[in-house]
Amino acid sequence: MIPLSHFLIIGALLFSISVSGIFLNRKNMLIILMCIELMLLAVNINFIAFSHFAENINGQVFVFFILTVAAAEAAIGLAILVVLFRNRGTINVQELDKMKG
Amino acid sequence: MGIEQIIFYLFAGILLAAAVSVVTVRNPVYAALFLILAFFSSSAIWIMLEAEFLGVTLILVYVGAVMVLFLFVIMMLDINIDIMREGFIRYLPVGLVVAVIVAAEMIYVLSSESLNRAMPVAKAADYSNTKELGRILYTDYVYPFEIAAVILVVAIIAAIVLTHRKRAPNVKSQNPSRQVRVKRGDRIKLVKMDAEKQPEAGTEGGK
Repeated sequence: MIPLSHFLIIGALLFSISVSGIFLNRKNMLIILMCIELMLLAVNINFIAFSHFAENINGQVFVFFILTVAAAEAAIGLAILVVLFRNRGTINVQELDKMKG
Repeated sequence: MGIEQIIFYLFAGILLAAAVSVVTVRNPVYAALFLILAFFSSSAIWIMLEAEFLGVTLILVYVGAVMVLFLFVIMMLDINIDIMREGFIRYLPVGLVVAVIVAAEMIYVLSSESLNRAMPVAKAADYSNTKELGRILYTDYVYPFEIAAVILVVAIIAAIVLTHRKRAPNVKSQNPSRQVRVKRGDRIKLVKMDAEKQPEAGTEGGK
């Protein structure tokens, strides 16, 4: 029997790996987007684990909606990335300082 | 150690190894492929947790659509990997420290006794996860479901509008609204003219 905490720890480890991924690849916007996808995956693992152990299917509905929003987010993010590359010729986060934020 | 545990720890190990590879590997194409591996192994874990529909959806939507999109974009953009990798070593310590602290805190909280419940009994063989999910999605969650559909439409339109390239001025294109609005008078012009005498055969050589 696998306890609930093991599933949650898998999610926590996955989340911290992707947080460190944003630190390590802070220049490459593509890898940052991939790390965001990994974070959402970690959250989804938590939702499904709780849904299974609490025997309540509502958690799976949340995962369903997260998947939908994540797909939309990936599509728009990549579209912005393509436009950015077309206009600036780079996706280096460090060079995207035109707005002086 | 039962077969269940072996499968779980195998897929969990593959998932974490793939995630580490995503953030450390040099080539973005390999990173995308490792991300696909991570999605596959987490889908196996989801299926172990009796979320079959979502496990299949993860593979179909993520591996089939989102990751293919990622690969398209990676191959379309001409990225200088060496510049992108600058600072990897410099930020390695701080990244590792943050990751270890976050992981340690979460593991400390999550391994508390209150979360240590036993796995529920497996559902009967005729229980359909898809049916249950569909039932609750179309009854209790029908309004969020429609909002999700709107979000997808917004994403489609936004992606097209963002990446749409303006046509060059000399390119010929169709204007559907003008095509629809066209009238008979715009296309046919009847001209009244006197009948002319046919030119005689042989005068126009070769006819």
